[in-house]
Amino acid sequence: MIDILLHIALVIGIMLGLVMIAAGLIWLERRTLALWQDRYGPNRTGLFGTLQVVADMIKIFFKEDWIPPFADKKIFVVAPAILMISILLSFAVVPFTPLIGVVNLNIGLLFFLGMSSFGAYSIVLAGWSSNNKYSLIGAVRAASQMISYEVFMGLSLMGVVMLSGSFNMRDIVLAQQGRWFFIPQFLGFIIFFIAGIAETRRLPFDIPEAESELVAGYHSEYSGMKFGMFFVGEYLGITLISAMTTTLFLGGWLGPAFLPPIFWFLIKMFAFILFFILLRASLPRPRSDQLMALGWKVLFPLSMLNVLVTGALVLYFKL
Amino acid sequence: MFSILRSIWLTFIHMFHKRVTVEYPEKKNYLPPRHRGRIVLTRDPDNQERCVGCYLCAVACPVDCISLQATEDENGRRSAEFFRINFSRCILCGYCEEACPTDAIQLIPDFEMAEYNRQNLVYEKEDLLIDGQGKYPGYNFFKHAGVDAGVKAKGEGIDEEKPVDIKKLMP
Repeated sequence: MIDILLHIALVIGIMLGLVMIAAGLIWLERRTLALWQDRYGPNRTGLFGTLQVVADMIKIFFKEDWIPPFADKKIFVVAPAILMISILLSFAVVPFTPLIGVVNLNIGLLFFLGMSSFGAYSIVLAGWSSNNKYSLIGAVRAASQMISYEVFMGLSLMGVVMLSGSFNMRDIVLAQQGRWFFIPQFLGFIIFFIAGIAETRRLPFDIPEAESELVAGYHSEYSGMKFGMFFVGEYLGITLISAMTTTLFLGGWLGPAFLPPIFWFLIKMFAFILFFILLRASLPRPRSDQLMALGWKVLFPLSMLNVLVTGALVLYFKL
Repeated sequence: MFSILRSIWLTFIHMFHKRVTVEYPEKKNYLPPRHRGRIVLTRDPDNQERCVGCYLCAVACPVDCISLQATEDENGRRSAEFFRINFSRCILCGYCEEACPTDAIQLIPDFEMAEYNRQNLVYEKEDLLIDGQGKYPGYNFFKHAGVDAGVKAKGEGIDEEKPVDIKKLMP
């Protein structure tokens, strides 16, 4: 009984921690983006401007939460929730440390891929139910982008699965003792990260919301806390992709013993989060067809090749 | 591919560059003396009002934010009875300063005029008048003017000839 209660407390703690990290990322992104653009960013509210998060939260809660009369109300309300749910569920399989983690699922990696596909529904439904041409174009772009990048996101992870011989995230981390997977699986690592950026619809792949072309894309009609859920969902997505990259390619919690495992995990995760922000600061947005061409003509064959070569080498050395 | 990595690296390097932001209330930018900010009415070296109420500033004003009424004292010296500038309309274009024949109206390097009440942005003559001479020290219009307005006698002014007696034949 006490075990179950402890586990529930741990699950709630992880969820709250993740939402806090995602909210804190709003501040972190604005500060670091400013750092790379020779500005200061929000530095007035509280210590280094950290209370900006609180101010933003208060503001977004008190904003008018408007549902357009022409929208499909039920789907319009459900869509942002789907995004949050799918991303938070994906975190269930992430092993933060040997002790901290929600479930030890032996199909963890497949669960993560499934949930990230599920997130595409949120975007498509949001754009569709808004009944607005910009939202719809955004949703169509999101659908094409997320579905095509999902294909080789899965394929790029197959190398990891072959090397560790398991879909269980904990087994994958333990298989990286001595040698992290980004060395033998460098191609897979790069492809997974690019696909991850496209999955979270972050710049430079923010084609679905491209504000210079589509107002705000699929969430043009959203306001108040529903928009806030898309916003926090995006940051949760960044955290998720960073956490997954850390787990799958950089040895998760593994690291020299002078720091506890959770710190190693957080350090690696935040390094990736900062890299996400650096990409946003430096790269322009490609055209939609360029994105598709890059995906299907370059990354997809490369990930197939990666699977083929890794499979051949694993067979050759193990048999 | 190389250019992508290069631009990421160049952006990263910007971390160590100098910030371009000036943190305003603590640090203030230098404003040049000819900055067009708040409008003032200046005085001449004798501490008299320079404004002669000629209405040229009110005519030149593209947003009609200046209103004034001229008056005349017993010596015939003109001045403004009231002089009102509505700064909620003023666009700080400086046309009034250019139009002013007596260098009375001047724009100064001050822009911190925020108010909570819009009516407080309407400045009366006593709000506009300053004690100094502004950008053109030493200039007194009535020393140059042909008329005798109690400042100097006829023909006594700067760059001014003595009055010619037109009835006399001698040069």
